[in-house]
Formats: sequence, structure tokens, C-alpha cells
Amino acid sequence: MRIACPFCGERDSSEFSYLGDASPKRPNFAVDSPNSPAEIEDAVFDYVYLRANVAGDMREYWYHGGGCRSWLIAERNTVTHEFKSVTAAPGAGAALAGQAGE
Amino acid sequence: MNYSIFSLLKAALSNHQGWTRAWRDPAPKKHYDVVIIGGGGHGLATAYFLAHKYGIRNVAVLEKGWIGSGNAGRNTTIIRSNYGLPGNTGFYELSMQLWERMEQDLNYNTMVSQRGVLNLYHSDAQRDAFARRGNTMRLNGIDAELLDQAQLRRELPFLNYDNARFPIMGGLIQRRGGTARHDAVVWGYARAADKYGVDVIQNCEVTGFVRDNSGRVTGVETSRGTIGAGKVGMAVAGNSSRVASMVDMRLPIESHVLQAFVSEAIKPLIPGVVTFGAGHFYVSQSDKGGLVFGGDLDGYNSYAQRGNMPVMEDVCEGGMAIMPMIGRVRMLRQWGGIMDMSMDGSPIIDKTPIDGLYLNAGWCYGGFKATPASGLVFAHLLARDEPHAEAARFRLDRFRRGAMIDEKGQGAQPNLH
Repeated sequence: MRIACPFCGERDSSEFSYLGDASPKRPNFAVDSPNSPAEIEDAVFDYVYLRANVAGDMREYWYHGGGCRSWLIAERNTVTHEFKSVTAAPGAGAALAGQAGE
Repeated sequence: MNYSIFSLLKAALSNHQGWTRAWRDPAPKKHYDVVIIGGGGHGLATAYFLAHKYGIRNVAVLEKGWIGSGNAGRNTTIIRSNYGLPGNTGFYELSMQLWERMEQDLNYNTMVSQRGVLNLYHSDAQRDAFARRGNTMRLNGIDAELLDQAQLRRELPFLNYDNARFPIMGGLIQRRGGTARHDAVVWGYARAADKYGVDVIQNCEVTGFVRDNSGRVTGVETSRGTIGAGKVGMAVAGNSSRVASMVDMRLPIESHVLQAFVSEAIKPLIPGVVTFGAGHFYVSQSDKGGLVFGGDLDGYNSYAQRGNMPVMEDVCEGGMAIMPMIGRVRMLRQWGGIMDMSMDGSPIIDKTPIDGLYLNAGWCYGGFKATPASGLVFAHLLARDEPHAEAARFRLDRFRRGAMIDEKGQGAQPNLH
């Protein structure tokens, strides 16, 4: 498996670390949130523990620790291991690459 | 046909022409009391215990390919019960005891070989951790023995004790652990369940669930038509999330690929199972002579049943660290299996929030050794609607309650368990 880093070009996957599914979003409740504690607990539980675990195309976080040390978002097929796209994850790197990030 | 020395002699006299098939090939009926999805070791063991222990014999096991074609045929055949946390210790020891009498129970040679499972330690701190684990095991009535280097040298003289970076200082051994023949376990349970009238239906893929107005699962849609069911049990580790998605259920599970390897056959070398404590490598020698070994997950979500080169290299480096002479042995074949990696590294055996649907999932690395106990406790759950005493902690809601069983202490990161 080779991964086309937007900063370094195509590299062997052994240079990268894997975090996982990029779709769960950390719930962001204000301290004085009107949501009930149960709702907040549900949202946190969902974020931390539940996964769609799709068989097919999945957006996921990879970290290029053996190269530019950027966080990347790849779209990859979990059945064929084929990469559809690799872009910079939100942050300073994304701005450098001219990508808006998310 | 009962298998014995007499049936063997009798068949030998007729040139082995008299053997009958070990289980039927039935067409699916319209309705069963219990339908089990997944004809691997766990599904077939569940059917066996349902019929044998709980008297429920109108049971079908549905398998999309041939039985044992999933992870039951893709593991490294190790059996052991060297766990340290409440919930795991009792459950895996129950499994170990079922392994010890499996051949008599099933009247089938599953080649259970208690050749010992040895975990090597390489530092003072690791020795202390292993002593603690061994003590935990012994307090739970499980055998464990802490060996120092001198004892180990007598038993396994070929290990690389003087490795400069990771010297082998000793090991924790469970002598009752060992290996079993993975295919025979599947075939033995299929044959034993079939004798009770359980229908083992191959080439029958579940494509959806049938639900009534209240939402209760009342059957399954399959590639061989609709099959009604009083209860449906899922035993499809590796693909649990895919099947659960048919009822819009998300699970605390990620699917990851784990590779295993076999070398060319060599003369008897390794008496038992040996694991490297400073990396991730475990090896045993099959009765055919091949070294069977494996290591870490590849680390990324996958349903591909094949892995990549970096892990292959890492596993071989681990092997070279403890047994440099295996560098002279050629690799024969390699494969990947899809693990249900749960969020705490422990399995889930529970009712789901959906009436009539029961879940057996999240086996991570440990599915094969759990096969008999998994079948027993899942059958108990399906028959009695309450968890078996030894599986009472393997609940689906333990993540919400904060009652994780995290042997490795890694937290909710499935690829690290």
C-alpha cells in the first residue's frame, strides 16, 4: 500500500500511522449548554465508541510521522485498499497546501 | 456413524469405502426456533450447545460460503486461558476446560494438543508484570508457571538468550495451553450438531432481516429465500458491523486485518507455542512441520482478508530476534483474516436493543481459543434470555456504563488492542 502525501508525494504506508474513521465529530457543548446531561452523554458515547465500520469507501485520518509529520485525510476503500484521494487535514498544513481543510 | 478404533478397523476391511458423510446438506426450512448467522466455529458450537445442553433442536446455521471459510480457517490455532481481568479469566478457563474434553464430547479428533504456551519476558519490569499475571491466573484456579532463564534454557535451548537489545530473561508458561486443529473443530461441531437435527446450510448468505410491526426480528432474508426464526443469533465476527447495518445498528467495533504465516515444513523444532515479549511475534509448529506464526494487526480498517508488507517485515524481524535460525527457513504462505476489534479488546455476547436479535461479536485476536465457551454461553443466552454466569460482563452496554474489560489498557482505540 502506498499513500500519496500532498506534501511529500507517494510514499510507502510504513511511513504513516493510522488513527481511524474521520467522520465522528467531537461533540462541542458549552458549559451552560441547555442540553440535558443524558443528551450530552449520548453524544460523547456515540463519538468515542460507535463506528459505522463501513465496507467500502471511508474517510480516515493518517499521520505522516515518517515524513512531513502532517495529519492527512484519505479516502480509501476498505475492501480493496485503493486510495481515492489524500488531502491535508484541517490546520496550518492545509493552509500551506492551499486547501481549505474542514 | 460413531468414530472409534472399531469403526476404523471395520472400514479398513472394506477398503475405506463405507464412510458416510459427516453431516447432511439440507435445504432451508420455512421456520426455525433459532437461526444462527455464521457457520464458523462459534456459530456451529452455539448450535451444538443449543441442541445438546438446552434441548433446542429446531435450529439452522446459515453460512454464506462453506463452513469454516472465515476466521475459523484463518487463525493460528492457539488455545490458552492466560488472562488477567475479571470477566476474561473465568470465561477463557471455561473454554480451556471445554477444549480438554472436546474430543470425547464431540466424538471427533480435533487434535487438541496441550503443548504449552510460553510468553517470554525481557526485562525486570516485564518479569514483575508476568509474575503478577501468573499469580492472578493461579488465584483463579488456572495453571501458570514462572520460569527463569536457567529453567528455560533446559526446555528451549535454541532461543537467542543473549540478544543485546532484548535478552530473554525467562517466561510465563501455561502448560495446559497449546494448539488445536482449526478445521476439525468446525467439522466436529457441525457433525455433532447435525446429529441432533440442526440444519447446517452452506452457500446461504443473509441479505436482510424480516421484522414485524413492533420492530422484532422474526426472520432473515437470504440468498436461498426467506427463513422465519423465533430468535436470530449473529456469530459473524469480522463482518458484525455489516450485518448489524442491515438493522441500522452501529457497534463499538472496527474491522481490521490480521496476517498469519506458515513456513515450509521442517523437522520438529518448537515443542509448544512461544511468544516474543519485546515485540509482537508468536509461533508454534504444526503437526505437518510448518512453523505457524503471526504478529500485529496491519492497523487500518479493512475487509480485504489480505495485508501489506510492513507488518510482514515486522513479524519476521520479531521471529529473527528470538530465533535467528529461522532466517534460513522459507515462507510457504501467508493470509489475512478480518478481526472484529472492539473498543476494549474484549468480546460482546448480549441481546441487542432489537427484540429477537442476539449478538456474538468483538472477538479481536482471541476468537479461536474461545470457540467452545463462546458457543456454550451464546446458546445459554439464546435459550434462557439471560447471560451465562461466565459471560455476564460481556455486555453491549458496558461501554456506556464505563465497565470496560481492557486487558491491555489501551482505551477506545481498536487497532491498539
